[in-house]
Formats: sequence, structure tokens, C-alpha cells
Amino acid sequence: MHPFVYAAPSTVKEAVEILTKHGDKARPMAGGTDLLVQIRGGRFDLDMVVDIKKIPELTSVTNNNDGLVIGSAVACHQLYEDDDISKNYPGLIDAATLIGGIQIQSRSGFGGNLCNATPSADGIGPLIVHSTVANIQGESGTRSIPVEEFCTGPGRNALGKGEMLVSLSIPNKGKGFGAAYERFIPRNEMDIAVAAVASSILVGSNGKISEARIALASVGPTPIFAKKASDFLIGKEANEASFKEAAAIAKSECSPIEDMRGTIEQRQHLVEVITLRTLNKSLERIEG
Amino acid sequence: MVNVSDSKNYKVIGTNPIRHDGYDKVTGRAIYGADVKLPGLIWASIVRSPNAHAVIKNVDTSEAEKIDGVFAVMTGKDLPQQEDQFIDHGEGTENVAWSSENIMATQKVLYKGHAVAAVAAIDRYVADYAASKVKVEYDLLDAVTNVEDATKEGAPILLDSLVGDHLRKKVKNTNVASITRHEFGDPDKAFANAENVVERTFTLQMVHQGYIEPHNATAHWDEEDRIKVWTSTQGAFPVRTSTAAILKLDVSRVKVTPLEIGGGFGGKIPVYLEPVVSILSRKSGRPVKAVMERSSVFQASGPAPGGTITVKMGTDKDANIVAAESSIKLEAGGFPGSAVGAAVQCIFAAYDIPNTRIDGFDIVVNKPKSAAYRAPGSPQAAFATETVSDELARIHGMDPIDFRLQNASKEGTRRADGVVFPKVGNVEVLEAAKKSDHWNSDLGTPAKGRVRGRGVASGYWFNVGLKSTVNLSVNSDGSVVLVEGSSDIGGTRTSISMQAAEILGIEVENFRPSVGDTETAGYADVTGGSRTTYATGFAAVKAAENLIEVLKDRCAIIWSLDKNDIDFEDGTFFASKDPELKFTFKELASNLDNTGGPAASSGSVDLESAGGAFGTHIVDVDVDTETGKTDIARYTVLQDVGTAIYPAYVRGQMAGGAVQGIGWALNEEYYMKDDGTQANVSYLDYRMPTALDLPNIETIIVEVPNPGHPFGVRGVGEVPICPPVGAIGNALHDALGKRFYDSPMKPGRILNVLGKISD
Ligand SMILES: Cc1cc2nc3c(=O)[nH]c(=O)nc-3n(C[C@H](O)[C@H](O)[C@H](O)COP(=O)(O)OP(=O)(O)OC[C@H]3O[C@@H](n4cnc5c(N)ncnc54)[C@H](O)[C@@H]3O)c2cc1C
Repeated sequence: MHPFVYAAPSTVKEAVEILTKHGDKARPMAGGTDLLVQIRGGRFDLDMVVDIKKIPELTSVTNNNDGLVIGSAVACHQLYEDDDISKNYPGLIDAATLIGGIQIQSRSGFGGNLCNATPSADGIGPLIVHSTVANIQGESGTRSIPVEEFCTGPGRNALGKGEMLVSLSIPNKGKGFGAAYERFIPRNEMDIAVAAVASSILVGSNGKISEARIALASVGPTPIFAKKASDFLIGKEANEASFKEAAAIAKSECSPIEDMRGTIEQRQHLVEVITLRTLNKSLERIEG
Repeated sequence: MVNVSDSKNYKVIGTNPIRHDGYDKVTGRAIYGADVKLPGLIWASIVRSPNAHAVIKNVDTSEAEKIDGVFAVMTGKDLPQQEDQFIDHGEGTENVAWSSENIMATQKVLYKGHAVAAVAAIDRYVADYAASKVKVEYDLLDAVTNVEDATKEGAPILLDSLVGDHLRKKVKNTNVASITRHEFGDPDKAFANAENVVERTFTLQMVHQGYIEPHNATAHWDEEDRIKVWTSTQGAFPVRTSTAAILKLDVSRVKVTPLEIGGGFGGKIPVYLEPVVSILSRKSGRPVKAVMERSSVFQASGPAPGGTITVKMGTDKDANIVAAESSIKLEAGGFPGSAVGAAVQCIFAAYDIPNTRIDGFDIVVNKPKSAAYRAPGSPQAAFATETVSDELARIHGMDPIDFRLQNASKEGTRRADGVVFPKVGNVEVLEAAKKSDHWNSDLGTPAKGRVRGRGVASGYWFNVGLKSTVNLSVNSDGSVVLVEGSSDIGGTRTSISMQAAEILGIEVENFRPSVGDTETAGYADVTGGSRTTYATGFAAVKAAENLIEVLKDRCAIIWSLDKNDIDFEDGTFFASKDPELKFTFKELASNLDNTGGPAASSGSVDLESAGGAFGTHIVDVDVDTETGKTDIARYTVLQDVGTAIYPAYVRGQMAGGAVQGIGWALNEEYYMKDDGTQANVSYLDYRMPTALDLPNIETIIVEVPNPGHPFGVRGVGEVPICPPVGAIGNALHDALGKRFYDSPMKPGRILNVLGKISD
């Protein structure tokens, strides 16, 4: 680690200018709970740290009937302290309440979690199953992509030079929608998922599933949108039997490695177990 | 509390006063090793091996030396050459030649993280940068990281100079540093006649003590070749002995000031940084400080050995254990000296067995040199014995506590290694366990998807005595200054003062206790072996008794009487023949200036033995059979503590030891990669339990006073880490119907034993 300059711009435009100018030698800092650890650990060799928490647009939350827009520097607690958001976005809240502990949740949020792009990130699966779109701004303008396309490899994302994440747009699916996120860790806190699954379903009044999304974490180089398992559920009855089949398909969609946190088979097994659990929980939440 | 003694009426012993170090610690004012600041202080950074096993071909420090802000660079060649020379620290002996090579390698690196060079610079960042510019050339060798691989034909040999002692035969070209055997009776014949025989082999992984405070040291080498060292340690005097020996200086040239210590558990007995910062200080002329990174603490301090243990036990038709046999192979790390010597003494200590054979193997492997960790060797041994014992109890259809009671060691039982037990509390603890609320409670119903089971296991630690000194002096306001040379890890400033206070008949609040440096305190061995409340407490009792004699002299002067006519009782001095003549301790203190000035005394001991102690733990586990995750639903620790001087401390030790054992059983391990290096070098991935992983640990104190101590104290700190691994294994069996022979019993292993996954 060597001395670096701390910048705190007040507009996205200014932030983008600094990032463009310094390229690899600058990084945005939202909560800093990943970034500071990484700088100390020697992963980045930075001249410039760009604090984006002073940009009002990035720390604000807009919640209306159509959906939710969260600035990229919004902290977890801003979401779970709002009853309305907690009711409509249960998958996000599952993650927001388990990332780190109270201190971490008070500084950090989904923007940093997504940009950090680790395969085990607890926020990304829930964003995927809530059909989130990432809004990006760079020197040449703005663009939007679905979150499942945001992570490109372990610690790598789709942002180009000078680009930054501005906000996340999440549709409000309304009545009949349920979502849940669960991770498996050997302890009860302060751990990285051995395997994790986020699920969501939209169930019509006929009891049939009209939309379904399943996302897997810690079982591949990026969080995985389990498309086959998700598609399988469309048109099926929302019950344990369909969920079991979907869970078996989800298991086949992961590609874990063996490391100190778990073996390949253990992770595949856990994906099946947790997929079933989160689908059941999503349904329970719909049925209230 | 279960009181087995005819207890005396103590005033101070058995109470829980506010601890003397409490305010400073809770307000953050206490000074720990990393807080040391001195004028002109510079920082050291250590260059460590990235390889598990390699020959050092060349160390090039030239580039590092040129960097702005660098004051000094050293390699292992800057440490004096050493011959084999052995120092006994009570909890483990040290060969100075190997210690020196462990502190900084000159020939070979034997584990990842092994120090090869060091840099001192103006600040931490420059020091780290300069350290990264030291170029070390290595010839890589194959690494062996467990006892099986290290003892295979053709295994790479770690130490060319090692001459193994294999049952008194000298053997060269080996990784087995020693093989010992303790034999008693005729085990072969007894096994042949036994009704039931169970033989199992267990594996355990290396684990770390996990103290929060990393190792640290600051040193200043002055123009007169005197070294001042500031460090967090379990023993300032042993640090002085080791540092002086490694630097080939007289002990009087080294002064060690111990700071507050943020945990040690045995791991803060060896020196790692002290000689290094001393040499860097000599080279730079500045005081130099070093603080280890957490990853270095894992990779380059002294964890507890893993290994392979086989236990075979046989019973007759009446469920009496008639024979037991064990082979204990423990990994010493890069240099000889695992805890196997202690393990062989503990493995069958809880049982009265007429025929035993115990073989111990000390084996070097490419891992950090192991050190003491709370009852070194005994938790590993207890996992094996207590599992086999549980299996035998089930075969006989017996309650596991009844089986243990029937076979329990007691006063007069001879251990295989020859020791005959004096009064010990094994039976009393088991009886208390049998009567406990936990043992008699229903298992209850776990949450959906989980199964619950209950297990029990016992454990033993012999504890040590050794040398301690306590100095007392009286202030004119009636307060007493107490100086101990023992590092205070568990609150001994208060528990030692309490023992002196009881003798002097005054309140412990009148004491001003402190831990002295090596030039203000009298000599004390390490705070280890659960010895401090016992041995340093014994010294305090002697010092207090000596002080009473001094004060009687003063009464004699004031009253113009013969000393023999002065009596002392309950804190009051009085003339035996004239009840009008009396002084409270405080009154007398205010009169000292007129009767010859300061009153001071000293007490010291060198105790050969200590009261060994037993504990029994009961645990309920809840297992999620789909994920393999285990939660501890209820946990009770019972232990014979002799006499609880400060019961809240005693309960803290009992709960703390159990918690470390729970971590050992469930998740903790050195996870080794194929290249022989440790993967999980952070607390994130080392997975010690956090508060959310633990229930309230219930504690039941059993008091069977130790006849060898004035108040009956036994060591309490180490026993409680011995039973947990076995107890949890037995509880898992009760829950799942499957036995566990490998630790940790982590979720993946549980899924594997349940047949849900194959690896
Ligand atoms: C003690 C502890 C516990 C933790 N526990 C968990 C856990 O349980 N689960 C979990 O998933 N994570 C955990 N983390 C990791 C971390 O807290 C989370 O990933 C968190 O969501 C990161 O958010 P942040 O705002 O702090 O990100 P930062 O550290 O500020 O940023 C993370 C990365 O994203 C980049 N970045 C940030 N904002 C932008 C932007 N707008 N545009 C482009 N790039 C950007 C940064 O440059 C950096 O590379 C833990 C961390 C700690 C220290």
C-alpha cells in the first residue's frame, strides 16, 4: 500500500471525469467495506480513491408503485428500515440483513456488492431474482443492462474505462410475488457462502407460476442465473413437487470448484437443498 | 457449586471482587505490546518464505538496503551460530539451535511463512515495501504436511541434523524425532482374555489458539550492549532466557518488560520477533518494533499439532476396562517437540486400567513449529479415548457416565507412565455430572429438519508447579503493593492478591498489584500449565506469612514486648498477655515510620508437582441432516477446580476452554493446499465460533481441594479444552447413529458420513 489521494466529488459527472483520467489507478468507494480491505491486502495499487457517498443521487432511494430505484452508494440499512420496501422486495431484504453485521450494513450496500463481483456476493443473486437492471454512466453517456450480465468473472464486471454504476432499478411485481435468499455457511455469521441460492416466483390466482427466477452463488466464477430451472417452473403448479424438480435442475446448472470452503459435490448438493428451501419460502411469503 | 471439601470459612477466597486491571481494560487505557511508542522508534517487516519446503540458495538484500527510509536489513546469518542446547520452560523444552533457525532460517525453509530476512524502516509501509524487494532464491523440495506422509518410505527429510531417538535407538535420516513407550502390566494377555475389544484410528488437524492480539515485540539495543525488550508474553523471564540464549548474551544484558497480553493459551511462550528486532536495533541504533500480520500468526507462530491416534480398549464381561493400548503420532511442525510427551501422560488418565501400553511419536512435517495450546496433546488424546469409551459403554448397554464411574481413576490409581494419583476429583466430577440438571433433562424437540443428540466426555490435565516469586510492601495508609513476575492473562493480579489478603486478614481492595519487569520482579516461570493461581498464589501466601513475621517484630518494638508474645488473627495483631494492646493491619501500617521504616517481604516457591484435574462435559447438538450443519443446543462443563479462589474467573476459564474445544470439533483446521501451504490464513476462513454459534455455556464447579496447596487450588485453565471434541463426536453419534473418527466434524464431513456426498 502506498499513499493515495482521496477525492469526494459531488456529481456523477465529476466522478466519471476523475475515473476516466486515472484509469486503473482510481476506484470508486461506496461503503469501502470491500475496497479498503483490498487496498490494504495489496490487490489494488491506487493513486486515487473516489468517495461516491457525497453524491446525493447515489445515496437516495426512490420507491413508488412501479418499482424501486436505489443509488449505487445506498447502504443496506436504508432498505430494511423501510417497511414498504421490506414487504415488496423480500429477497433483497434477506441479503441486506445478513451481509456482514450491523456496522457493515450501515456503510455498505448492493452497489458495492455488485461491482465487487465476487462469486459469493450475497447481494447479487437477490438482485437477479428481483429482475434488476443496472444503470451505468461513463464519459460517452449512460446505458442499462440486466444484472445477470453485469459480472464477467471473479472480481470482474462489465464496466468499461471510466464507467461507474449509478443506480439499480427493480420492478415492483405486486401481488402474487414472493422471493427468498439463503446461504449456507458453517457458522451463523461472518462467513462466506459455501453455496447460496436466491429464488423468486410470481403465482397467478390459478395457482400456476407465471414468472420464476433462480440464481446461484459460490458455485461458479460468477453468480449464476439458473435459466433452465427458472424456465422449467413457468406454467407449473406452485408446490413442493415442482420445486423439487426445479431444484434438481438447478443443481445441474452450477459449476463449483473445490476449495477450503467446500467440495464440488458438497456445493452441488447444497444448491439442490437450498433451491428447494428458498422456493418453499417464496411460496410461504406469497401465502403470507 | 458442588462442595466436596469440609470448607473453611474464608473471607476473601471464593468472592468475586472488581478486578484490579478491569477499569484500564474496559476503558481502553491498558497498554498492550502494539501500543509501545518510544522516541525514534522505527518499524520492522519480516520477509517470509512463500514455500513449504526449500533450500535457501541466496538472499539478496541489496535493493532493499538502497530504499529511502530503510535503516537496517538482516538475514539469519546475523544471528549467532548455535550448538544444540536445551532450555526447559515447564510447558515444553526448547533447543536453542533449532529455535534460532526457526526464528530466521539460514539453510532451509521448513514451512510457508518461515522467516528468512527482516527490514527496519521509518514506517510500516516503507518497511513492507523494502521487505518485498529482498530477493530470495530457493531450490524447491517436496513438502510433507501430515504424519502419514512424513513417515512413508522415501519421504523428503526435513532436518539433516536430526538424530531420532526411537525407543532409545539413535536413527538418522528420519522425520520421526522420537518414539517413546510406556508399558504397565501385560496388555497383550489382557486383550486376549477380554470380552469386548474396540480399536479405532482417529485423525486430527492442526489448529491455532486464535488469540486476538498478534505477536509483537519492541527492542532497543544500547551502546553498552544492553537490550531492553517490550513484548506481550506469557513470561517475561522465559523471553529473557530465550532471547539471551539466541543472541548469546548473559541474561543480565536483557531486560524484558511484559505488556498487557491479548491472549496466549500457550502460543505466547516461544519467542519469534524479540531476537529479530534486537538485531535490527543493534544495526540501526534505533528502537525497533514489529507486529505480526494475522496471516503470519497463522503460518509462523506455534499452533497445536494434528496427527493420527489409534486407541484400543478391552473390557471384561462386567464392563471393567482390563487393557488399553494407544499409538499417538503428532506433528511437531518444522522442528521436533510436539505435545506428544504430554499426550501420553493424559490419554488414559481418566481410567483405572491395569494393563496399558502407550507409544508416542514426535514427527516433523512442513508446518509451523507447534507450541503449547491449552493442555497440549490432551484434547487430541481425549477425542480418541472418549469415543472408544463411549462405544464400549454402548456395547455393555450402560449409561456412559456409569461406565466411566465404574472405571474411574482415583487416589492411588497408577497411570501408565508411572505416576500414582494423589487426591483427585474424577469420581466427584462424574457424580456431579450424573446429578446435573442437564444430564437429567429431556432431550426436547429440535427445529424442523434437525435431529438432536447428547454426548458426554471427560478430560484430564496434570498441571504444573515450577518457580514463582511474589514481593509485598506496605504503604502507610494500610494498602499493600504486590509485584508478581508472572504474566497476568487470566486476572492473576487479583487472584494472587486475594490469597495474600486472606492470610493478612485484609480486603483485596487494599492491594495495588502489578506484573513487574525482569528487573523489578522476582523470578517467575511462564504463565502456563495452569500454574499461576496455584504456584504464584502459593508464593503470595508465603510472602504474606513472612510479612506477618516482619509486622510482629514492629509490634514488639512499639509495645516493648518479646516477639513471641505477639499474636496475629483475623487481620489484628495483639499482645497475647494483654488484650488492650492491639493493632489492626491499617493502624500498624500508619505506625511503621516510627519503628524502622518500610515493611516488605518476599515469598518464592519451586513446586515439583501440581494438582492434576478432571472435567466432564455434557453437550446436546442439533444437526441439519440436509446441510450437515451442527449447532450446539446446550453445553455444560463440570470440573474439579480444587478451590475456586475467584469463582467468576474459574467459570470464565471453564466456558472459554469449552468454546475453543467446540471450534476445534466443528470447523477449525489448517486447510492445506497440495503445495503444502495453508489456505485459510484469516479469521474469515479459519472459522472459529462467534457468539452467535454458541449457547450460554453452563458451568458446575466441583471443589476437591488439592492437598498440595494452602487453599487447595488446582489449575483450572487447561482441563476444559480436553473433553469437547470427544463429547461432540459422541453427541453426533447419538443424533445420527454414525461414529466420527476424524476432526473437525465439519458440515461436509457430516454429509459424507451420512452418505449424502462422497467426498
Ligand atoms: C466484516 C465484513 C463482513 C462482510 N460480510 C459480507 C457478507 O456477509 N456478504 C457479502 O456479500 N459481503 C460481505 N462483505 C463484503 C462487503 O461488505 C460487501 O460486498 C458490500 O456489499 C460492499 O459494499 P461497499 O459499499 O462497502 O463497497 P465498496 O468496498 O465501496 O466497493 C466494492 C467494489 O466496488 C467498486 N465500486 C463501488 N461502487 C461503485 C460504483 N458505483 N461503480 C463502480 N464501481 C464501484 C469499488 O471500487 C470496489 O472495487 C463483508 C465485508 C466485511 C469487511
